[in-house]
Amino acid sequence: MSYLHNIGAYFLMIAEMFRKPTKWSVMRTLILKDIDDLIIGSLGIVAFISFFVGGVVTIQTALNIDNPLIPKYLIGFATRQSIILEFAPTFISIIMAGKVGSFITSSIGTMRVTEQIDALEVMGINSLNYLVFPKFIALMLYPFVISIAMFLGIVGGMAAVIFGGFGTLEDYIIGIQMDFIPFHIIYAFIKTFVFAFLLATIPSFYGFYMKGGALEVGKASTTSFVWTSVVIILLNYILTQLLLSS
Amino acid sequence: MIEVKNIHKSFGDAHILKGITTTFEKGKTSLVIGQSGSGKTVFLKCLLGLFSPEEGEIEYDGLAYAKLTDAQKRNLRADIGMVFQGSALFDSMTILENVMFPLRMFTKQTKTEMEDRADFVLKRVNLEDAHHKMPSEASGGMQKRVAIARAIVNKPKYLFCDEPNSGLDPKTAIVIDNLIQEITDEYNITTVINSHDMNSVMEIGEKIVFLKDGLKAWEGSKENIFKTDNEVVTDFVYSSNLFKKVRQMYLEERA
Repeated sequence: MSYLHNIGAYFLMIAEMFRKPTKWSVMRTLILKDIDDLIIGSLGIVAFISFFVGGVVTIQTALNIDNPLIPKYLIGFATRQSIILEFAPTFISIIMAGKVGSFITSSIGTMRVTEQIDALEVMGINSLNYLVFPKFIALMLYPFVISIAMFLGIVGGMAAVIFGGFGTLEDYIIGIQMDFIPFHIIYAFIKTFVFAFLLATIPSFYGFYMKGGALEVGKASTTSFVWTSVVIILLNYILTQLLLSS
Repeated sequence: MIEVKNIHKSFGDAHILKGITTTFEKGKTSLVIGQSGSGKTVFLKCLLGLFSPEEGEIEYDGLAYAKLTDAQKRNLRADIGMVFQGSALFDSMTILENVMFPLRMFTKQTKTEMEDRADFVLKRVNLEDAHHKMPSEASGGMQKRVAIARAIVNKPKYLFCDEPNSGLDPKTAIVIDNLIQEITDEYNITTVINSHDMNSVMEIGEKIVFLKDGLKAWEGSKENIFKTDNEVVTDFVYSSNLFKKVRQMYLEERA
């Protein structure tokens, strides 16, 4: 029953988020702050992880292709497909559920505990619009982060090929250009927008409706990470089935 | 003036407010007192419109809150100032930004006008040099004064304070009490304070409403609370040794 209640409350929260908008001059500042916190602040870790995981994907692929009849350019092909289809949109989103999601839950949860949300409501401000909407708008720039992850993942693979001696640069470049289907990029970005919405709203839900003190803020952050990850994985499966299988 | 007419509030099976009727007059400092669990906070949240009573009515200067349109409620809320128990300052903003916040939300003033007004109220609460500090860098007493400044910056008609003295030393508590009293007189506003601090009652309680188990057990002035024979009230008021001695002296004098 509590799961059903939470699902209902989550959708009501989303509806409420779009009602009674906050004054634009204030909202603009909040959006810019959240872009800085959630998007710009995540670029470093995303770049680092993407580059090295791209390299690891390439090394693993190269080590598993030991048949001389299989062309070396398949290393680049496999790296590109893995990174564009799954690693960048899904794997990075799970990491972001930990980084950005925990930040959102704990910051909103702390505001709940210290009565800052009550203070907003007493002033007649729609606290959901004030707190969650800017995060939702900021995370609409999330595809920009994922584009960087895709690019750096492929560059990381290229570096691994060259420095690890697993093939030539020419083979790798032929591989990443081979049988390129533009719809795969569209598919990846559709997933990215859906995951961005989840990353903004699920952690906000757990922060906003938490009860208790500092200990409960920590617990809410953990629960929010678990549920954001679970929903991302489930929707990843559903979207892949809907968009790629025909 | 705020008129409360027979309000009831329940949460599930728990009947918290069981029909409270009272009036809070303009230009006066009224205290709602009672033990923990007596329904003070729920009562205050009903006054603030954060909880809707199932029965009864709350009228702000003759306007029943429940019958107001959303736009009217928004306008009314702009006239309400609130000082929370834990101050509830926005910790991502400086003290100046905290005080300017209601002006940014509800007025069309320029930045300079807002800064001038915030500067004026910060001076009024004796905080001249704290503008650019973060709330975490301020002491408990300073935070309370910032919360008062934020509550009065938009010239409210109604000021609510939830345990404004909690966590403060007795000397600072008196400073905060006096500040609230002075502001109430100066701006001629309706002030309602939730408290269980008898020192506050003695300092600023022009009207006192005593709650017990969700009911109004007594109401009157600070002078009368020490003279009443209502057992529920005397039990609460004279729970400390100091007040017991004062009571003893009063009874001896009367005898």
